Amino acid sequence: MTAVEVLFGLLGLVAVGAALMVVTTRQLVHAALWLVVALGAMAGLYLLLSAEFVAWVQVLIYVGAVVVLLLFGLMLTKAPIGFSDDLDAPVAQRVAAAITAGATGGIVITSLVDAFHGARIELGDDPRGGSAAAAGEALFASWVLPFEVLSVLLLAALVGAIVLSRRDVGSDTDTDIESVTETDAPVRG
Amino acid sequence: MPLLMPLVVAALLFSIGIYGVLARRNAILVLMSVELMLNAVNLNLVAFDVWLRDELLSGQVFTLFVITIAAAEVGLGLAIVLLVFRNRATSQLDELVELREADALRGQPDVRAMR
Repeated sequence: MTAVEVLFGLLGLVAVGAALMVVTTRQLVHAALWLVVALGAMAGLYLLLSAEFVAWVQVLIYVGAVVVLLLFGLMLTKAPIGFSDDLDAPVAQRVAAAITAGATGGIVITSLVDAFHGARIELGDDPRGGSAAAAGEALFASWVLPFEVLSVLLLAALVGAIVLSRRDVGSDTDTDIESVTETDAPVRG
Repeated sequence: MPLLMPLVVAALLFSIGIYGVLARRNAILVLMSVELMLNAVNLNLVAFDVWLRDELLSGQVFTLFVITIAAAEVGLGLAIVLLVFRNRATSQLDELVELREADALRGQPDVRAMR
């Protein structure tokens, strides 16, 4: 067993453990912080698999942007700081969820072991691997069209997010509804 | 390195994500679990890309695409969660059981009486 394999196993353990904490912790903000640990460990796994560019994109976008967005979401929905008991569904639903997850994991792992038990990844004899140069070349030579379509999709999604979160978009009907809710309709909840 | 190592880690992460999606009540925690599942898929893509030594680096490029789509999804998802929170003052999924605004019924003929 080589050093890379040992390191991969340890980082994999960190990722799985942190993911377990994300779905079981009873403190909302801690879930987001455990997600940072899990995603950072995944970036380490990408590095060990020689996918260098993907690893840095993972750190920049997931750890940098997505988790910050999630934390903002938690703060804006008045998330309680500290322990809260209402994060999890009732016990029966949790048991059903655990059974579903366990069955899925069991089936997938069994079939994977059956299909790929002898296969080995040979690392190290390919100097380019997933370096930024190789990834950029592939991205802008072979995958230009999907890349551009994706940038349009991202733009559309962000415009949609802005439209959804602005209060003053729209015409008279919006102001009517707002005046009604302000005068006599208590907010439900 | 055995190909099974990344595959098993990814499968475990995916099933943990499934558990989180099914067992959590808070909408933002469900979004986090979805991120875990997307990451598991990404790990699979990278592992198979490295295993097959793809000339076009399809696996890694697809991972970049999935990361982009995940960012878009989180942005839109959070905007929707915030909108729901503003209208209903809750982000607990099992409290959102109505298909129409309670306020919209006001000032209209009573639907139940007409039935």
